[in-house]
Amino acid sequence: MTTMNMLQAINNALDTAMSADERVLCFGEDVGVFGGVFRATSNLQQKYGKSRCFNTPLVEQGIIGFANGLAAQGSVPVAEIQFADYIFPAFDQIVNESAKYRYRSGNLFNVGGLTIRAPYGGGIAGGLYHSQSPEAYFAHTPGLKIVVPRNPHQAKGLLLAAIHDPNPVLFFEPKRLYRASVGDVPDEDYRLPLGEAEITKEGTDVTVLGWGAQMEVIDQAVERAEKEGISCEVIDLRSILPWDVEAVAKSVLKTGRLVITHEAPLTGGFAGEIAATIQARCFLYLESPIARVTGIDTPFPLVLEKEHLPNHLKVYEAIRESVEF
Amino acid sequence: MTTTKAKVVYSPAFTDGAEFQIPTFRLLKQDGKLYKSAKTPDLDKEKALRIYKAMVTTRILDERMLAAQRQGRLSFYMQCTGEEAAVVGSAAALDDGDMIMAQYREQGALAYRGFTIDEFMNQLFGNELDYGKGRQMPVHYGSKVLNYMTISSPLATQIPQATGYAYGQKLAGQGECTITYFGEGAASEGDFHAALNMAAVHRVPVIFLCRNNGYAISTPAAEQFAADGVAPRAYGYKMDVIRVDGNDVLAMYEATRAARRLAVEHNRPVLIEAMSYRLAAHSSSDDPSGYRSKDEEAAWREKDPILRMRLWLESKQWWTEEDEKQFQEDMRREVLETMKRAQKRSPPPLETLITDVYDEAPPMLAEQFEKLKAHIRRYPDEYPKSARHVKGGV
Repeated sequence: MTTMNMLQAINNALDTAMSADERVLCFGEDVGVFGGVFRATSNLQQKYGKSRCFNTPLVEQGIIGFANGLAAQGSVPVAEIQFADYIFPAFDQIVNESAKYRYRSGNLFNVGGLTIRAPYGGGIAGGLYHSQSPEAYFAHTPGLKIVVPRNPHQAKGLLLAAIHDPNPVLFFEPKRLYRASVGDVPDEDYRLPLGEAEITKEGTDVTVLGWGAQMEVIDQAVERAEKEGISCEVIDLRSILPWDVEAVAKSVLKTGRLVITHEAPLTGGFAGEIAATIQARCFLYLESPIARVTGIDTPFPLVLEKEHLPNHLKVYEAIRESVEF
Repeated sequence: MTTTKAKVVYSPAFTDGAEFQIPTFRLLKQDGKLYKSAKTPDLDKEKALRIYKAMVTTRILDERMLAAQRQGRLSFYMQCTGEEAAVVGSAAALDDGDMIMAQYREQGALAYRGFTIDEFMNQLFGNELDYGKGRQMPVHYGSKVLNYMTISSPLATQIPQATGYAYGQKLAGQGECTITYFGEGAASEGDFHAALNMAAVHRVPVIFLCRNNGYAISTPAAEQFAADGVAPRAYGYKMDVIRVDGNDVLAMYEATRAARRLAVEHNRPVLIEAMSYRLAAHSSSDDPSGYRSKDEEAAWREKDPILRMRLWLESKQWWTEEDEKQFQEDMRREVLETMKRAQKRSPPPLETLITDVYDEAPPMLAEQFEKLKAHIRRYPDEYPKSARHVKGGV
């Protein structure tokens, strides 16, 4: 065990994967000698050489097109998009290519080796274009897996699982927690399951669900609610696609209430998908409407980002309203 | 100023690149004779006939399948007509282990590699033997054993993928390369620029083959770019480039062979611009009479690449009129008979609706599939293609 922040855990996961398999490559803008603008790929070029860890020209559609080709060839590319806000030039390569490679070829070819890493989320005074949470756009695309870690231990285990998963995986990293989240991380190679949620706290009155950086917000909200005698069950979804319907449904059948929170705007956000599925599964057991606590339907603001974000107070309010409904 | 070694001037000096003229490489005249100073490529009889037969096979397949589309037997078709030399001549210059990442009009390359008429037909009819399991429209072929990447409809997406694929080949060190085909219209996509730039920066063994056939559906090349074709763009990436008469199979073969050497032996990516003409419509859904003249088409028909090669083969006494007649007859018969067989085969089984989305269907998808099967069981007459797969009680 070593105490690491999330960036160190991610760097350690990449190091672990690259040392175990020479087909693993890391590349993206400023990823090479500089180690990425957040330093997630620090020292990897020095350790594994320029052919396996390198800078690309500044062209996201090219990075992912290149990565798709590499994965089809049998390499194991880990492509970095510097900010999730800048993933959209690569939307075609991800949605029409990565996601459909295996299906359209009848499994003759696949890009299962592909992992795309991108920092997402707000709370860093990043404004419109350094704060977005674009998971819902990709969640509408069968063929992709989408994973979001909440802390260093999860980050290493989920990233290693993503790299070794035989499907293309989008790995969204909560950049607000890059240095803020610190914890013990095993030194060896370990993998956490994709598509499985984790119950991080058991409770009986209400289920509170989130992923990534929002888990820290949930913990604060729940602490406040529990002081008032509300017993909360907390679930970290971990995988947005495919997502763990069984785990969430099981919890809601027990608590009868569900609060879902994410940073992305309300309309078309992934909470809507979860709410629709869970109300169908748990209709007769629900004690209150499923609540969504999210960013409001605007571009991401700058000076007023605190007002915009679904912080612990808003989540706490939703928990109370759900229980008192 | 930090990255250029160019000289400094003290008044504004613009340049439009007009001083760079990219010549067109050509060996064979339309009468099948070589140009005076042209040298015959190193091409033996066996290989020359393999190339020729792939070109003729492509022409016959295209004629027959367009007719089948017109008869309503096929939903859609795309012909390679007029561009057979550009496609087959270049593919023949590669090793069989080299990857081909094509656009959609390169069935000639696949025919050259040995894709059988039966394999073509199974894809065209999307039957249970189609490698693509009936998921894609006709002409979206793919073959793992022949190193021919399954076709994808979105234009130009294969170009940066070819750069990535070839980068992986370079690391693997087996001396293989990738060729990617695309039209001059697709070269306007951002993916084209991304791919060429990345290939040049990272010294990737990839050959970019632009089929400049004059039209992107109805849009003529003159409305696609202001420059003299696509070739001059290579200068901007510091990439080797050659322009070739795309209707001259010997020139295409020779140029691609030299390009392959640059790619594999020197890690230099190459851009080849094959100047040709799309004699057919864009697809079976298109009618060129709305945007180009019969005279223009007739002028290009005079430059038929297949006839040009045939005359050369005859001049070498490697091919006779009798051979031609026999081959055409045999091929037409095979195409017709194979088509009838392929058309009768069953559609892919219902489960192919959910397989290969992921390596394994996730629970949510498996659940949706069970619901669908129950629905089909209730209305078997409405789903004649799949009802037989869901026999049993409701």
